[in-house]
Amino acid sequence: MLNIKNLHVKLEDEDKQILKGVDLTVPAGEVHAIMGPNGSGKSTLSYVLSGRDGYEVTEGEASLYDHDLLDMEPEERAAAGLFLAFQYPVEIPGVGNLTFLRTAVNAQRKARGEEELSSGEFLKVVREKAKALQIDAEMLKRPVNVGFSGGEKKRNEILQMAMLEPKMCILDETDSGLDVDAMRLVAEGVNALRSPERSFLVITHYQRLLNHIKPDVVHIMSNGRIIKTGGPELALEVEKNGYGDLLAEVG
Amino acid sequence: MADTAILAAQTPAAKARPAGTALEARLAELDLPKGGFTAAARTDAAARLNAMGLPGKRDEYWRYTDPAAFNDPVAQPLAFTSRQSTLFDDIEQLKLVFVDGRFDAAASDALEGEGLEVSTLAAADASGDHWASDLYGKLETAGQNPVKRPFAVLNTLAANDGVLIRVTGKVSRPVHILYRREAEDADVIIRHVIRLEEGSELTLLETGGIAARSNVAIEVEVNKEARFHHIASKRADDAKIGIAHIFARVGEGALFKSFTLSVNGSMMRNEGVIEILGDDAVAHIAAAVLGDGTEGRFHHDDTVFITHAAERCESRQVFKKVLKNGADGIFQGKILVKPGAQKTDGYQISQGLLLDEGSQFLAKPELEIYADDVKCSHGSTTGALDETAMFYLRSRGVPKEQAVVLLVLSFLADALEEIEDDRLRGDILTRLDEWLTSRASA
Ligand SMILES: Nc1ncnc2c1ncn2[C@@H]1O[C@H](COP(=O)(O)OP(=O)(O)OP(=O)(O)O)[C@@H](O)[C@H]1O
Ligand SMILES: [Mg+2]
Repeated sequence: MLNIKNLHVKLEDEDKQILKGVDLTVPAGEVHAIMGPNGSGKSTLSYVLSGRDGYEVTEGEASLYDHDLLDMEPEERAAAGLFLAFQYPVEIPGVGNLTFLRTAVNAQRKARGEEELSSGEFLKVVREKAKALQIDAEMLKRPVNVGFSGGEKKRNEILQMAMLEPKMCILDETDSGLDVDAMRLVAEGVNALRSPERSFLVITHYQRLLNHIKPDVVHIMSNGRIIKTGGPELALEVEKNGYGDLLAEVG
Repeated sequence: MADTAILAAQTPAAKARPAGTALEARLAELDLPKGGFTAAARTDAAARLNAMGLPGKRDEYWRYTDPAAFNDPVAQPLAFTSRQSTLFDDIEQLKLVFVDGRFDAAASDALEGEGLEVSTLAAADASGDHWASDLYGKLETAGQNPVKRPFAVLNTLAANDGVLIRVTGKVSRPVHILYRREAEDADVIIRHVIRLEEGSELTLLETGGIAARSNVAIEVEVNKEARFHHIASKRADDAKIGIAHIFARVGEGALFKSFTLSVNGSMMRNEGVIEILGDDAVAHIAAAVLGDGTEGRFHHDDTVFITHAAERCESRQVFKKVLKNGADGIFQGKILVKPGAQKTDGYQISQGLLLDEGSQFLAKPELEIYADDVKCSHGSTTGALDETAMFYLRSRGVPKEQAVVLLVLSFLADALEEIEDDRLRGDILTRLDEWLTSRASA
């Protein structure tokens, strides 16, 4: 499970505090959603958890099971079971999607002391999972995310997640830019991965996604803090009334 | 200069002269062949070289690269750092081995092949008559305008060996020139002359360590609708000090493609001089360079001059240099579009990827256009590894060192794409990957 306590984060080169005491626990097997206005710090939280440079943790802690995340390199966090589906997936020209996937899968296996997958085994698994996400062979061969449409990029993130089988999946606005069918595919991909050992933190602006991926808990983030936590009904409330009332409540 | 004639004579007497100019000192150390079919070209080269002299730091064309190492009368001895090249070993080929700059018949395949007429310069030059006399020194001479290239002239004057290849058909088996070093102080001058007859095709591979210091020049004439592919790999233990020229003349509907991989070396200058003379021709020249300044000085200069003198031709220059630990990468590239060369499509990109702050990449792109209906573009960038991409890869569990390797390969991809043949490109890529991975933590 993921455990975040009183997390304070500022930008490294600027005197700008972004997270101002985030408390959040996602137990094993649960799906939590985070909603919140633009700029409230949702992506920052996901970046800090996965170890991106440029941020400084000034206070607080974050752990994944018995791993103290904040002390680890990004690749160590990944090997420990953390996965972030990026809000803006990155294009890597000249590196084939398959090469990239295989490098990542085997690097993680190696880090965990497991045997690397042979290319035959790897291909078999990849083809199967890609098919479920309607990612064709041609897309697998193309350079990572280069020339992919917005929706294709997001599906590619979910494919990576399916291949890496992380324990803790953070999805940062994976629904943005998806058409209705793609949204269903992505949700099916996520739901297929749901298990008692795996948790999800789904960052989204829209209730729509949560119709497909049913959350156990919904958190509202504003100005660097979780200001309210509730059940799925909280998402419906946001959808209907916006954040105005909630923000007014906390003052 | 008054003593032109004396140098031209290349007699032992000339050698005995007290050291005067830098050029005299340089020539005094050389074993100048008299030449058979090349004799006239060599005499002419002596006169031209005498008139132009060796370059100095002040020459505009040598602004970024100090020619001193090429001017030195003798080469600095160079210890061996690794074994012989095994690149392209699995590809069916006609192998021609040069040891310290001399053809080694015993180690080479027989000089024959379908659609090929092959001989060595040393052997052929014993006679006064050879098809290559139409080309030897001719393309080099044409390439002296508008800037002087004294080391190419020196090559015409002093080349001791090389291969002469006339291609008459579509040759599927690449000709592989494999260089090998035996003496630590070898200082070699090699000339290859290649003529592709109308409609023919050839792939030329060059690999291996040439010498402590090398001066290699290739003259290639690609006639109507012929296709020439050149892939050279210059690796860590290769000529630490090397200058190479490729002079190409590209005819109507013909294709010329040259790709060079350079991995280390301390002082290298590669010049490409390409004249597109026939309509609808294509000429591409590309390089991928990996330079690490820790093994001594690393300085790598690519200087390219492409002339468009015909209509509807395409030229492409793709140069990528990955530099670290104080390595210097240079690119000087020029596209000249002559009057009447309408519908020219000229493209040039040069990029430096700096893996640390001590390294530098300098680029001097130039366009000179005298036709109105052309499309020419050039771009040059210098930058560090993309941090977002680094994070993306690492967030997927790829360790930092391996992520660097992937991003370096990503950076080089456009240059590698210039190798048309999948297997040859695959071999280069595998070699590059192995090399990068083995060095990832250095
Ligand atoms: N590297 C950075 N440099 C400057 N400002 C930053 C940086 N990273 C985050 N911020 C700022 O921190 C705040 C939180 O940004 P963040 O991207 O985490 O918001 P978000 O909740 O994900 O918003 P959205 O819903 O629009 O995706 C914003 O004001 C943003 O401009
Ligand atoms: Mg965001």
